[in-house]
Amino acid sequence: MRQFTFAAAILALGLTVSQSYHLQLLTFIGIHTLLALGLNMLMGYAGQISLGHAAFYGLGAYGTGILTVHWGFSPWAGLPLTLALTFVVAFLVALPMLKLSGYYLGMGTLGFGMIAFVVFREWSSLTGGDSGLVGIPALDVGGVSLSSGKAGYFLVWACVLLAFFACERVVDSRVGRALRAIHDSERAAAAMGIDTSRLKVWVFVFSALLASLAGFLYAHLVTFISPNSFDFLVSVRIVTMVVIGGMASIWGSLLGAAVLTILPEWLHVFTDYEMVVYGLILMTIMIFLPQGLTRGILDIHERSKRKDTAASSAPRS
Amino acid sequence: MLQEVLQYFFSGVTNGAIYAVIALGFTMLFGTTGLINFAQGEFVMLGALGLITLWKGLDLPLWLAFVLSTAGVAATGLLLERLAIRTVRKPHPIVLVIITIGASILLKGIAMLAWGKDARSAPPFSRHPPLEVAGATLLSQSIWIIVIVVLVVLALQAFYRKSLTGKAMQACAINQKAALLIGIPSERMTLLAFALSAGMGGIGGILVAPVTMSSYDMGMLLGLKGFCAAMLGGLGSSWGAVLGGMLLGILEALGVGLFSSSLKDAIAFFLLLGILYLRPSGILGEKAVHRF
Repeated sequence: MRQFTFAAAILALGLTVSQSYHLQLLTFIGIHTLLALGLNMLMGYAGQISLGHAAFYGLGAYGTGILTVHWGFSPWAGLPLTLALTFVVAFLVALPMLKLSGYYLGMGTLGFGMIAFVVFREWSSLTGGDSGLVGIPALDVGGVSLSSGKAGYFLVWACVLLAFFACERVVDSRVGRALRAIHDSERAAAAMGIDTSRLKVWVFVFSALLASLAGFLYAHLVTFISPNSFDFLVSVRIVTMVVIGGMASIWGSLLGAAVLTILPEWLHVFTDYEMVVYGLILMTIMIFLPQGLTRGILDIHERSKRKDTAASSAPRS
Repeated sequence: MLQEVLQYFFSGVTNGAIYAVIALGFTMLFGTTGLINFAQGEFVMLGALGLITLWKGLDLPLWLAFVLSTAGVAATGLLLERLAIRTVRKPHPIVLVIITIGASILLKGIAMLAWGKDARSAPPFSRHPPLEVAGATLLSQSIWIIVIVVLVVLALQAFYRKSLTGKAMQACAINQKAALLIGIPSERMTLLAFALSAGMGGIGGILVAPVTMSSYDMGMLLGLKGFCAAMLGGLGSSWGAVLGGMLLGILEALGVGLFSSSLKDAIAFFLLLGILYLRPSGILGEKAVHRF
């Protein structure tokens, strides 16, 4: 039911919004939602942090970019190849990496992300180096371009809808319950017979694939990519989307992605003060709503309701 | 060839000493509070830009600029702890990480407003001629850097070993609850650890100012490399931070000199991954060695 409401909302929004700037913004929210959704499966549900997710985002973008620009593949042939490449890389990274936990896992993924960034920047014969890769073809079906305006919007949000559906199925399944068990206590989960290390590797690969898909869409929508779109700060921004939206909340990913996509646009009014305001907002949200916006807003709502019903000496939490 | 390697070694030790000070800041804070501060790199940047302004802009004597700049950065660290870290009600590691990242964006933004976007440079601390050692040259600035870092390490060691406060801080690092039970004010220790580790970052920045161009966005990479150095030596171990910093500096210089300069920024992270795979506790990790 929720899926239908969501699909209807996407459809209605796509049909009513006509200004190209707004459409573009909505499209980017969609791409960021894919990124946040993937990371949320890893961070929110399985409790494993990744500070290098921009590497997979970049792998998706550069993979398809290099295939189409240098080797003349069609984007639709590039998609399975790019995803397969991401699959292999993510699997190989995850095997040793996920033996680590906590801060150490964070640092390991950070290191991987930085190395990927340096490769994007320095392998200039393939990636174009600092000046970026230009001339990535737009997606099209039978001559109809899918990369501009409304078509791009619907393409991206169709992917988001599919990803939402997939994630909801996973979360509600046996695997989802096992993931949450790992989040609460890895040892207890293992004692219950869950193959924790295998499951962690698979959820890592799954989230990497979603990031790679987002990168694929990004590359073909913008038709130009440069290393700075996949640096450490982007990894951090994806983590922030998940945490601000609310960990272990599929809808929180949507909210987090929307907030962190719209916020910088809105902050342009502050020109030079942009970074200061952005940093302050980030800190303020985390200090006062450490559970994220979704949980935080619900808490405030519940508290005000409680105040209405029982205005007596409610202890402050 | 030998001469070349020696030259790379000198420049590696110079950079390594700077990484070591930054790593010391990371390690000290992690040891006392269990927190990793992603704004550490911005303290380095503030130290560098602060020194340039005080020394060259306001024409203060070098030692005064050094002291004021370090104190200013330490005060910033204090403010960060007071205003942002302590106010969190339910400190979850990921939340604290994002708060420090927010703080790093904020500090970067403030620095951009204060100093603008242009890169600045500082002259060397003194105008002595470079030393010739077996055909390789050792700049006077390198000697300054190494001497100051050695002094910082010795001072830190004396602080940990001789002073009651230093011992109390170490007790917090070993077991915070037990430290609280025997009456050590662990909140004040956290505050002190923040100030000291920020000050250490500031010193790193002051030392790096004459060697490289300084601008508002220099902090992140230096911070991350200092962090790699801390992990390499073993997070929480002070000697490990020094060892990790030196090792990183030297390997980076050799890698750039003998192979390719395009991989310069990746070397630190390859080392990080390597140590995480082989020995996550670092070369001098918890089990092998104690803090100072």
